[in-house]
Amino acid sequence: MNRKQRIMLIRIVLSALLMIILNFIPAEGALRFILYLIPYLIVGYDILLKAARGIINGQVFDECFLMATATVGAIALAIYEKSGDYTEAIAVMLFYQIGEFFQSYAVGKSRRNITQLMDIRPDYANVEKDGKLVKTDPDDVETGSIIIVQPGEKVPIDGIVAEGESSLNTSALTGESLPREVRSGDEIISGSINMTGVLKVRTTKEFGESTVSKIIDLVENASSRKSKSEDFISKFARIYTPAVCLGALALALLPPVVRIIIGMAPAWESWIYRALTFLVISCPCALVISIPLSFFAGIGGASNQGVLVKGSNYLETLSKTKIVVFDKTGTLTQGVFEVDAIHHSTMENEKLIEYAALAESASSHPISKSLQKAYGKEIDRTRVSEIEEISGNGVKATVDGHLVACGNEKLMASLGVKAIPCHSAGTIIHVAIDGEYRGHIVISDIIKPHAAEAIKELRKSGINKTIMLTGDREKAAAKVAQTLKVDDYYAELLPSDKVDKVEELLRKKSEKEKLAFVGDGINDAPVLSRADIGIAMGAMGSDAAIEAADVVLMDDDPLKIAKAIKISRKCLKIVYENIIFAIGIKAICLLLGALGIASMWLAIFADVGVMIIAVLNAIRALFVKKL
Amino acid sequence: MKKSYNIEVDCAACANKMEAAACKTEGVKACTVNFMMQKMIVEFEDGADRDSVMKNVRSNCRKVERDAEVFI
Repeated sequence: MNRKQRIMLIRIVLSALLMIILNFIPAEGALRFILYLIPYLIVGYDILLKAARGIINGQVFDECFLMATATVGAIALAIYEKSGDYTEAIAVMLFYQIGEFFQSYAVGKSRRNITQLMDIRPDYANVEKDGKLVKTDPDDVETGSIIIVQPGEKVPIDGIVAEGESSLNTSALTGESLPREVRSGDEIISGSINMTGVLKVRTTKEFGESTVSKIIDLVENASSRKSKSEDFISKFARIYTPAVCLGALALALLPPVVRIIIGMAPAWESWIYRALTFLVISCPCALVISIPLSFFAGIGGASNQGVLVKGSNYLETLSKTKIVVFDKTGTLTQGVFEVDAIHHSTMENEKLIEYAALAESASSHPISKSLQKAYGKEIDRTRVSEIEEISGNGVKATVDGHLVACGNEKLMASLGVKAIPCHSAGTIIHVAIDGEYRGHIVISDIIKPHAAEAIKELRKSGINKTIMLTGDREKAAAKVAQTLKVDDYYAELLPSDKVDKVEELLRKKSEKEKLAFVGDGINDAPVLSRADIGIAMGAMGSDAAIEAADVVLMDDDPLKIAKAIKISRKCLKIVYENIIFAIGIKAICLLLGALGIASMWLAIFADVGVMIIAVLNAIRALFVKKL
Repeated sequence: MKKSYNIEVDCAACANKMEAAACKTEGVKACTVNFMMQKMIVEFEDGADRDSVMKNVRSNCRKVERDAEVFI
């Protein structure tokens, strides 16, 4: 509670106590009026002042003005009727202030909670100076400096481990609870927490350019991009208050005038009272506060799960997603090739791999890397000579004195070797040794462990269509599509074809259904920005992805896509609940007030109550862990 | 040129009013008030003097909401 809030609380309590005491004091007439004025002014003086200032500045329809008019009107009515019942007016002011107090307290508290949840900001960096550790502002650490990260501390700046071994907890960044092992030479990302050993880190970026700063910046600014619901509410609030005020004026004047015309008693008091009730309900606060709070909580909860949403508007679009288009490599598959099978080998499989790995040892192509990985031992370069790369076809080299050729069917044909064609999906490496066919190796991109489950989850969460795009061969694409049970796939696409394909899909769908594109953010930036909503995954440390996408998944688990959609749906559901609930209750109260059924008491209870319930409901958007 | 300022404002409706008031200030191209983060992000017109524009923004905000504070 800050100072302002404490003072408010004291004023509320004081005024409430006075009200109770005054109940037992049998004062009459002017004395009674003056006595009751004390608690009224204690609790409401600032409202009256603000109302006066509002009038001077031409801000007639602000809520202070409304509350001032309503309560002063009720007091005037009490004087006119000589009833001496000032309690109602004071109670309205009292409850209004209680509502404001609660709102400011609850919003402040949830703001702190949510920012704490997203608090990955490192406070200092340890720099070694003359053998001592000095805590330095991360902003002052230059690129290339050595910083020391002790167990339990946050890595403040992106860098490369220069010395030491440890495991890192990246859950604040990715939501992933498994620790990551790092050793000397590994890249580490700021924001992760060092768990076991002391690390010496050579920084590769300035603090402002580090992952953690980028993420903080992104999340903090996310709620500044306003959603349609928020715009709707601000517009609604702008019209609502003047409309209700005019309604109140009409209610105060028209019925009595009509009654006079048709020859009845005008009953001014009763109609003015009803008009004042209107004014009490006219404050749009519950609506205006609960919508941004819901979005803020939703974005906060999502970022805690490793899903960064760059704006409330994107959260809204995400919730309307009906079609999800995937880029295959790096999204559904790992983008790492692995030896899948060896066919028709006339020698031991290990031997065949060994020859192939050695022949390809000079190449940095992912395929040669996968061969080396399958071989599993250190490559002895001295065994290989006369390496000749035939671009697009394969490699010829001399290994242990044998002429080894690895490559596609064209290479085999050029050597006059008859290759046995393969029916498997994937990349086929034929191997010939000394001009004799020795079999082929099937290499394929491996599917991510959660990919199939992710597609299933998406379908369960109401996605109508899943489509996979890839530059791979038809056969490989078909196999992946079938394994994962995606609805549709398009293969052999060049990067520019992917944009065309997404545009075609955008044209075909209806306006209400939104299309999300999921990519790894490396070479699909144009598609990410073209889709209704671009989701980049595995974005830890990739600036390009963070830049291009609307939603960023920090780790590369495809299950997070369904999770992100579920989070957005929950958040938007809460937003709509609040809109309907708050507008609904106000409409009912206005109606009851006009009919004379609702008293001012009911009006203020409804107003404050709606606000409290809407705020509490909004905070629910934060709890998304179990979705 | 975009810049973000810390602000202090009590209610969400007031934040919306501040936003409208700040947007109307001369030299301000666009402005969003983020009530939850208590921040105001101002995009200035080309060649505008930021400090003097922000002083006007603050006084315009105070006209619609007396308690509002903009930390320049």
